[in-house]
Amino acid sequence: MNVGVGVESGEPLLRARGLVKHFPITRGIIFQRKIGAVRAVDGVSLEIARGETLGIVGETGCGKSTTARLLMRLLEATAGEIRFDGQDITHVKGGALKAVRREVQMIFQDPHSSLNPRKTVGSIIAEPFAIHGMLGGKGERKREVQRLMETVGLNPEHYNRYPHEFSGGQRQRIGVARALALSPKLLIADEPVSALDVSIQAQVLNLLRDLQRRLGLTVVFIAHDLSVVRHMCDRVAVMYLGKIVEIGPNEPLYEFPRHPYTGALMAAVPVADPSLHGSERRLLSGDVPSPANPPRACRFHTRCPKAQQLCSTQEPQLEDKGSGTLVACHYPLSREEVAQIGVRSAR
Amino acid sequence: MSDAEPLLRVEDLRVEFPTEDGVVHAVDGITYEVHAGRTLGIVGESGSGKTVSSLTTLGLTRRQGARISGRILFEGQDLVALPEDRLRAVRGNDIAMIFQDPLSALHPLYRVGAQLIEAVRAHSDVSKAKARERAIELLGLVGIPDPARRVDEHPHEFSGGMRQRAMIAMALVNEPKLLIADEPTTALDVTVQAQILALLERLQRELGMAIVIITHDLGVVAEVADDIAVMYAGRIIETASAARVFADPEHPYTWGLLKSIPRLDGPREEDLVPIPGAPPSLIRRPTGCHFHPRCPYAQPDHARIDPALEAVADEPSHFVACLLESHTRRRLWSELGAGRTPAQALEAVGLPGTAA
Repeated sequence: MNVGVGVESGEPLLRARGLVKHFPITRGIIFQRKIGAVRAVDGVSLEIARGETLGIVGETGCGKSTTARLLMRLLEATAGEIRFDGQDITHVKGGALKAVRREVQMIFQDPHSSLNPRKTVGSIIAEPFAIHGMLGGKGERKREVQRLMETVGLNPEHYNRYPHEFSGGQRQRIGVARALALSPKLLIADEPVSALDVSIQAQVLNLLRDLQRRLGLTVVFIAHDLSVVRHMCDRVAVMYLGKIVEIGPNEPLYEFPRHPYTGALMAAVPVADPSLHGSERRLLSGDVPSPANPPRACRFHTRCPKAQQLCSTQEPQLEDKGSGTLVACHYPLSREEVAQIGVRSAR
Repeated sequence: MSDAEPLLRVEDLRVEFPTEDGVVHAVDGITYEVHAGRTLGIVGESGSGKTVSSLTTLGLTRRQGARISGRILFEGQDLVALPEDRLRAVRGNDIAMIFQDPLSALHPLYRVGAQLIEAVRAHSDVSKAKARERAIELLGLVGIPDPARRVDEHPHEFSGGMRQRAMIAMALVNEPKLLIADEPTTALDVTVQAQILALLERLQRELGMAIVIITHDLGVVAEVADDIAVMYAGRIIETASAARVFADPEHPYTWGLLKSIPRLDGPREEDLVPIPGAPPSLIRRPTGCHFHPRCPYAQPDHARIDPALEAVADEPSHFVACLLESHTRRRLWSELGAGRTPAQALEAVGLPGTAA
């Protein structure tokens, strides 16, 4: 299967194939019996090219954060394979895993709970050096930390301050500096701005975009906000109930979404323009089904306005439908339908 | 805004909380009106006073030791001066509120129906069976499928969107004239958010109630609000019709908010223009214009003079609290609209600037 539309030739930095993560549901206290599984991620394949930003969007419970944790090896995959920089890292342990962790760093959602309140900013940012036994000299470490603080727009003189002395946006900068400390090859940002106020959100987004350009970072950007993902990413994967339903480069995906779920998501985004108010939009009805008991075949067929008999019997595969993205849908949207649904980014 | 008597008129409302560190000026002299059948959107960031002002309307800050002054006129009756027992008759009856997190606003151990029945019977003397009928009718009204069965379920059996629908049903029990919705969709996914906003609009059309929607999300107010009030550090700094606030905003803070969000239909390459710095402490507020330390267009005397909320030239229903001249503001906004940075806009307008 060709999953690499839009990726330059050459070995991708990361390639995941058929990733599956099932969390068991158990009953009983001493003798636990497995009575089912939450299929958080159920067969995800993707590639990340060097220097690109891949966005993963979807609603609560679609498996986007679980996917990120699998890629980072914070969770053990139930099945599938992850190759990072030419090496199979799916089951590496010990020293080899530590080496992978050095190359892949993460920025978390909540800058309040992801920084130790009892440590100074200097020692928080220097922690990756301590863990990996780098830059032994104290002066050397301090110089590097101050350089990092400057890179992310913090005052290096605030080296000895504590996290509570910083605002939310500055705290998120501390998290970014810590993630950059080891010059990782891959940065995974899990909802990095959704806990921040609007004006602060823009500061952090601009910082990340600036770092992308300056340092040529490879980033996996996970968010539920489609406008933010459009602003930040080169390629985007849309997830629904543990599967990628559509993946492709930014422009074709936003201008001509083919999967009915992608279209519905984009039509639901509120746009800051009252003149569009009242224009026709088609809304999805109902809620996302439980990932413990997902619908058969196409998982979206229970809510899909275009669903036919085939959708409940045969699972669609990710395929090129001629508009630049890969879509897992038997009856992809036409341009007329995209306009009817009310997708505001459509061209 | 129409000239008819407003349903709700808030006049110079001040809410202060004395604390160990000093007095928190949460709401600092705000005035606004809400008319029947219309929606007012109150926009602001955390700590701007938007929630406190609404809680005060319902008398919910009284017990927290708040010092309240000003008037809150609801159908001509001043709620600030009303004794607690008479306020309770208004609250939940004529004015209802829905909150951000429906899970913590619903009791986890009682069935949804029981909570609805309690709300019905708290304000009207009807039998349990009648109240149950009403509960089922309300759940149907807010679009919960199979309400006769769902009425006997517990909140944990509802999804996030259905819980918020149940909260709305509870608020509608007595057909309130005014519904205050505090971040009603912030905890929800986009597709569910769109459903809830559409529901609020439909209910407003059908029941003719006025809505005050409090949110930090400019997209949400653009979708539902007729009028908008932008709050900063406890004050309303700009208020006008939704169309004007988005097309011709006049306050630099409003510009900052609009330029801070990426738009789904905007140009993708354009950089965002964030507002520098962070919102001020409400205990030690900046002197003069509260926004001046973060304002790229602030002039030296703006640290001294406190701007009043005044009508904009030629636009009697558009109010703004800014010390810049109106024509200067309009030129700055047109420069920003053309994609220029604050520093470039200052230079084009010929103002000595602080935005280097």
